Amino acid sequence: MGDKLSLPLKPFRSRGGVKAPHRKHTAECESVVMPPPSEVLICMSQHIGVPCKPVVKPGDEVKVGQIVGDNDAFLSVPMHSSVSGRVKKIETVTMPNGSKVQAVRIESDGQMTPFEGIKPPKIETRDDFIKAVRDSGVVGLGGAGFPVHVKIGVERDKVDTLIINAAECEPYITADNREALENSWGVVSGIKAVMELMEIDRAIIGIENNKPNAIKVLNEVCREANRDMHGNVCVLPLKARYPQGAEKVLIKVCTGRVVPEGKLPADVGCVVMNIASIAFVSSYLKTGMPLVTKRITVDGSAVNRPQNVIVPIGTRIKDIIEFCGGYKCRPEKIIFGGPMMGLALPDDEMPLLKQNNAVLAFSEKEAARLEPSDCIRCGRCAAACPMGLTPPLISGLVAKGDAEGLADNGIMVCMECGCCAFACPANRPIVQNMRMGKSIVRSAKKK
Amino acid sequence: MENMLTVSSSPHLSSGATTRKIMLDVIIALVPASVAAVIFFGWKSLMLIAVCIASCTALEYICRKVMKRKNTVGDLSAVVTGLLLALNLPSGLNPLIAVFGCVVAIVVVKQMFGGIGNNFVNPAITARIVLLVSFPVQMTTWEKPFEWLKTADSVTGATPLALMSQGTSTGYMDLFLGNTGGCIGETCALALLLGGIYLVARKVISPIIPLCFIGTVFVLSFLLGGDPLFHILSGGVMLGAIFMATDYTTSPMNPAGKVIFGIGCAVITVLIRFYANLPEGVSFSIILMNILVPHIENLTRTKPFGKEKKNEKA
Ligand code: SF4
Ligand code: SF4
Repeated sequence: MGDKLSLPLKPFRSRGGVKAPHRKHTAECESVVMPPPSEVLICMSQHIGVPCKPVVKPGDEVKVGQIVGDNDAFLSVPMHSSVSGRVKKIETVTMPNGSKVQAVRIESDGQMTPFEGIKPPKIETRDDFIKAVRDSGVVGLGGAGFPVHVKIGVERDKVDTLIINAAECEPYITADNREALENSWGVVSGIKAVMELMEIDRAIIGIENNKPNAIKVLNEVCREANRDMHGNVCVLPLKARYPQGAEKVLIKVCTGRVVPEGKLPADVGCVVMNIASIAFVSSYLKTGMPLVTKRITVDGSAVNRPQNVIVPIGTRIKDIIEFCGGYKCRPEKIIFGGPMMGLALPDDEMPLLKQNNAVLAFSEKEAARLEPSDCIRCGRCAAACPMGLTPPLISGLVAKGDAEGLADNGIMVCMECGCCAFACPANRPIVQNMRMGKSIVRSAKKK
Repeated sequence: MENMLTVSSSPHLSSGATTRKIMLDVIIALVPASVAAVIFFGWKSLMLIAVCIASCTALEYICRKVMKRKNTVGDLSAVVTGLLLALNLPSGLNPLIAVFGCVVAIVVVKQMFGGIGNNFVNPAITARIVLLVSFPVQMTTWEKPFEWLKTADSVTGATPLALMSQGTSTGYMDLFLGNTGGCIGETCALALLLGGIYLVARKVISPIIPLCFIGTVFVLSFLLGGDPLFHILSGGVMLGAIFMATDYTTSPMNPAGKVIFGIGCAVITVLIRFYANLPEGVSFSIILMNILVPHIENLTRTKPFGKEKKNEKA
């Protein structure tokens, strides 16, 4: 890879962003393990690739970690049972984004018996490792659900930098903070494994500076670890400004590199992994237990006991909230993920997905939104956009349906981070508009 | 669950900024200038301010009603327009003429183009220019400051710019404090600067346009052999640069565009002052630059993140 890359001493500049309130109420709450719920619902689409096909039938006995769905497609990862028990039925559920996918409903026997086939993977080569990562079922645990084996499975020598995303810039969420505090050695050994097996030169842990305890702990373990990693790992405190944890922004602030439109991090030599994903990889290498639980933050004004919980994947929101003391008042809005990018759910029957990192239940007051009014062209949205877009200009083009103009003005780089709408004094539905613009461009391309 | 949950698009949080709060900040920022107006030009200016605010608000309300659109008086933008227009008038003006100005500002310039955010020129400035053209005598009859305290009929004076063209100069201190003839809200530079600092501190406006505007007037009038300090303190430069040229709707959004806009306003102002047959050029310069805003925006578009540069073809 030529000259040895140096580690950044301070973050590179990024543009835009907003000062979102932190509301990290649960930062000091030690994670608690939730007991197995009475049943789980394992969705066959918890990643961005083709959905899996169920490989079990109703009535089958399953154990923790047993494969219940799989698919050979490039972007797919297997799905595992998160409890032991009996398959009740295979059904169709509507995902929060409106798509319909198959799901396996499993009745738990409360025993959590691990599957007999589970053993640490044997890894000798780079390809073994990529395959093991796929078998573990891990996807980008930060929210997007991009399969990790695809991120790292690029040509040899293409990637020189591993970036660990511990920014956790969304308000309320503290699950990554807890991961760093409770499992710092797991994080570092995961980094070590990926760096060695994937022949990556340096690793940068990007973390917002509103988590001083986590930074301290990570710094300590990195100092230890650097003895046998030639000082190639560093913790980079970032300013606490939403959205530092957005992949492209994080790459820019950690390395100064700009991911070109329509390209992937690997095209600028980076692999970005969420801190929870890297810690999971390390534990998988040790135990061989696939991804069956997830640490999430449960918070919001409608929840009785906000806290961090380690939950079996597929547990219904209802059961999770029940475990957290139930609802304090009637919830007006339930969100999967953070308040800036999270999805509002139609009900609390939805099962937890691998890529979710929070469940927020807002009371009526907290969910209240103002009516949109006319755009006053104040430019706050454009100033806040980390991607350098000009929303009022784009809204005009969306109204005209001008696909070419939209593409020229960069609509496709919009990551729907919500900074624009957050900043807008007229409460314009800018993010919806952006989505509309993207679909105009996509359908024009198809023609 | 029996109760339906709200399903709305992200983000589920907002910064809390609203149009109303922004307009309220602008009104607060105009308080010092309004107070100065009343001190120097007396109750007549207070009446002008009241008449303009009341008629702008009423007109906005009526327009929205007639057009069957959602009413927007609550956003306070009509109050801002009324206040700005009043501050741009001479103290002795007949209030009926002021009301006519409000009709131009709110009905013609603002609502006929679709209301807030859709007008392409600044309502208050356009109204001032229309009044200037329709009532040239009344609009340029200036009263001397503090005349209102005397019992005799008020004596008319001249603006510092007019005095200068006759060869009389006005002291810097008088200019800075506003102890001169002129529109009621434009004379006191001190009050306007206070308001400007407030707006910048509250992040309501970016300082780019005022700085470029005032700075360029300073430099350019110096280069052309004028007295730079006099030129930035006299006439409508402060009021125009801080409050009129920074109007969101009629100025460019991104920083590069703001620089061009500010400098452009200043250049036209100075050229009018030095070479045209008019004593003052701030209003005309701003309205001309307002018209150019779409072109400036086109030239200064920000480059989206990671977008490859295309061969520059306009
Ligand atoms: S922030 Fe809202 S009001 Fe301001 S320019 Fe953008 S869309 Fe318009
Ligand atoms: S949602 Fe899109 S347009 Fe809005 S700030 Fe984020 S990237 Fe920019």
